[in-house]
Amino acid sequence: MSQMREPTPEQIKSEKLYREMGMTDEEFAMVEKILGRLPNYTETGLFSVMWSEHCSYKNSKPVLRKFPTEGERVLQGPGEGAGIVDIGDGQAVVFKLESHNHPSAVEPYEGAATGVGGILRDVFSMGARPIASLNSLRFGELDSPRTKYLFKEAVNGIAGYGNRMGIPTVGGEVQFDPCYEGNPLVNAMTVGLIDHKDIKKGQAHGVGNSVVYVGSKTGRDGIHGATFASEEFSEDAEVESPDIQRGDPFVEKLLMEACLELVKSDALVGIQDMGAAGLTSSSAEMASKAGTGIEMNLDLVPQREEGMTPYEMMLSESQERMLLIIKKGREQEVIDLFSKYGLEAAVVGKVTDDKMLRLIHKGEVVANVPVDALAEDAPVYHKPSKEPDYYREFQAMENDIPKVEDYNETLVALLKQPTIASKKWVYEQYDYMARLDTVVPPGSDAGVVRIPGKNKALAMTTDCNSRYIYLDPRTGGKIVVAEAARNIVASGGEPIAVTDCLNFGSPEKPEIFWQLEQSVEGMSEACRALNTPVISGNVSLYNETDGKAIYPTPTVGMVGLIIDLKHVTTQEFKAAGDLIYLVGETKDEFGGSELQKMTYGKIFGKAPELDLEVEAKVQKQVLSAIRAGLVASAHDISEGGFAVALAECCMSAQGLGAEVEVTGNPVSALFSESQSRFILSVKKEHQEEFEKLVDAQLIGKVTDDSVLRISCNKEEVIHQQVDQLRKEWEGAIPCLLK
Amino acid sequence: MKFAVIVFPGSDDVEMYRAVTEVLGEEAELVGHDADSLEGFDGIILPGGFSYGDYLRPGALACFTKVMDEVKKAAEEGKPVLGVGNGFQILLEAGLLPGAVKKNKSLRFICRNETVKVENNETMFTSLYEKGEAITLPIAHESGNYHCDDETLQRLKENNQIVFTYENNPNGSVEGIAGIINERGNVLGMMPRPERATEEIIGGTDGLRLFQSLVKHWRETVNVTNA
Repeated sequence: MSQMREPTPEQIKSEKLYREMGMTDEEFAMVEKILGRLPNYTETGLFSVMWSEHCSYKNSKPVLRKFPTEGERVLQGPGEGAGIVDIGDGQAVVFKLESHNHPSAVEPYEGAATGVGGILRDVFSMGARPIASLNSLRFGELDSPRTKYLFKEAVNGIAGYGNRMGIPTVGGEVQFDPCYEGNPLVNAMTVGLIDHKDIKKGQAHGVGNSVVYVGSKTGRDGIHGATFASEEFSEDAEVESPDIQRGDPFVEKLLMEACLELVKSDALVGIQDMGAAGLTSSSAEMASKAGTGIEMNLDLVPQREEGMTPYEMMLSESQERMLLIIKKGREQEVIDLFSKYGLEAAVVGKVTDDKMLRLIHKGEVVANVPVDALAEDAPVYHKPSKEPDYYREFQAMENDIPKVEDYNETLVALLKQPTIASKKWVYEQYDYMARLDTVVPPGSDAGVVRIPGKNKALAMTTDCNSRYIYLDPRTGGKIVVAEAARNIVASGGEPIAVTDCLNFGSPEKPEIFWQLEQSVEGMSEACRALNTPVISGNVSLYNETDGKAIYPTPTVGMVGLIIDLKHVTTQEFKAAGDLIYLVGETKDEFGGSELQKMTYGKIFGKAPELDLEVEAKVQKQVLSAIRAGLVASAHDISEGGFAVALAECCMSAQGLGAEVEVTGNPVSALFSESQSRFILSVKKEHQEEFEKLVDAQLIGKVTDDSVLRISCNKEEVIHQQVDQLRKEWEGAIPCLLK
Repeated sequence: MKFAVIVFPGSDDVEMYRAVTEVLGEEAELVGHDADSLEGFDGIILPGGFSYGDYLRPGALACFTKVMDEVKKAAEEGKPVLGVGNGFQILLEAGLLPGAVKKNKSLRFICRNETVKVENNETMFTSLYEKGEAITLPIAHESGNYHCDDETLQRLKENNQIVFTYENNPNGSVEGIAGIINERGNVLGMMPRPERATEEIIGGTDGLRLFQSLVKHWRETVNVTNA
């Protein structure tokens, strides 16, 4: 009956109803031309979601092509559910980072939870067993009840879903800045492990094979989620806010086990998660990639609610669903397999040879459109790009060194900044120990998970300092990749590949598009220099509220291979008497720094410089020293500078302190955020050998008195009890949340 | 010694299975929620996780499964039954142990290492620990806040049924209780996760002796011609 209320094709055109679905006049005209007729309501819906930025990357495609995506280890680059990288022994690692920003802004618990669920499905739909999750979160300052609520609930949602799945959350990052007030970011990453022979793809090969729907029933939740994610928020305009998807991790866990059993069977031809744009994208993309068509009878789709229209079914983003292509005649086996896990599997259609997506409902053809038009032929826009005025102003500024009256007070104040403060409050809510393979839990430079049965491990991290990128997207983009790699190296790993999540404002604005272009350019340069191709990724544009965009935030997820468990290294000092070394050069660089923001309440000037040749050399030296067994602890220097990093090396140990001597301007020596730097500690007996391998400056030693002492130019500038520092550092976030 | 690791939909059975087989080096079999016999097993383990998603009270659904009748039977026969985390919650719901757990005092999930005191080392699960020994075991739960009425608490104390307590009560449990045993001494439930502390590389080995105590007890007391 409800179908009767749907507008006619003529009404859709004359009343421009497609605009409500996010389509432009030109795009609608293109659809009309492709079909040679007016699309009906369902068909208009199919095109509008498939041609949304979220599904088609129509605005970002020209930019994304710049990423280096090939490398000797890459088995699968961007384009499938997740990328795949060889790690030897016939095994590969599968990973991807994805955003769930818009839903999390509306319903933080469910938004974050289903973000985790979606990325897990992307990984296990490739046939890989998820072994770890990470995330990257951004919120406004923790001073409003709304932001506190968003932060608490998003963390709670990640925990609620990830913990129930039994997948450890081993790393992540959280930063706070006023620019995220209206647009919090929730990016989730999953890392999976697979044997080469089990790799599955989302392709609908074999005319006559069956299309099988498995998992939860389809409801009316999340309709037009992908379109919603491609729009800005605004206070006065009524945003088309869909019913947010709700997650059911219990069903997902069953679905995961069932799918991982299924991938071992040769009855399976193709498999794809019903994520954004649900049944539409999974069917159209699988057929398009295989050069086939798909016909589905929507009456056979398991439905949670009565009277659902084809439009609603095709656009629903109900969670925990998968679409399978099963060899003809093997359907019952698959249905039986799923029923063993208490899950429903239904044959809903078949693979055809006419390259059309044909939908039948109540005996009538309700949609008949070319799959390539949906999946491949979305328009690609080359948006105008313009260097913003602020950039020119910032570049013209001289490096400014903030005035510091009391170095001790400043250090404590920096440790209490929410972006630097301990994230224990966050990660203790995540079951980071699940599966018994977590070698380095959250809190060090990268999470480390061992590979069962092998003497190897994977190091993994997410990173993005968006302040640098705002000041200078090209340099900032390089820093994002370099810092992630530094975290991997400090953990004893060799960086092997990256996934990215490009969170930006509206690409319709030339200045924003310029940020996107420039940061991808910088990231690409760094990926090439550090030999870490981009194997998967996701784009989240339109992160704006009332016309104000977030800082450009191209988050990177990086995985590294630790070739021997003996190489696993952590940031905390290990023993009194160990020598402390500073690697890298310290300059007067405060643009976008924590000290600058704390001092002036804003950021300005140039981002720290990054010389990729120096970066690559430093990383190579540090990794070679770690592999030679010469490094007791390693920590990269990032937000807050040297003094903060050194304090972290002490605070994360128990009962140890440090006594070091540095030179130069004390403010820069302590708090500058110059790049390509590490703090390493080395056993005395390894001094000679270590110094041969690494260009580093011996600055002091680890002490047994739990006191942090830093002298600059022979004068003591920092003298702090480590226990007191730890109390301030760990207490900052719980205190702000009270 | 042959263990049955009971698998409810949503259990974290893989951890317990790996700890028992790979680290402890004993036999284990995963047994489904619909199994109708536990014959041939020398010990029963209810692992952690989220049986049935814990959407109702944790353990409230699992305790109505077919296999739980068999677990009760095994407990009556005097076989060792161990429930950790969600397994403990299921034992409480099934009435095999007294009391109940509420949500943690903080109302949040907590995952971290805790210092746990061995209050009673005269059980088949703890004989290899010292009495009063402080050991480090991970916790990972949202509802581990153990509660019982005063009368039950009195009885637990009198019978020496409190086996583990926390040094820094993380979840609000009455008297810091982390694990209790039944009067007969063959059913132990605990929120800390000993199977997660069985290897140095993943953070410690203090949980290993719990399983070793069980194996020792079995070798010494049960006359089995062949396992």
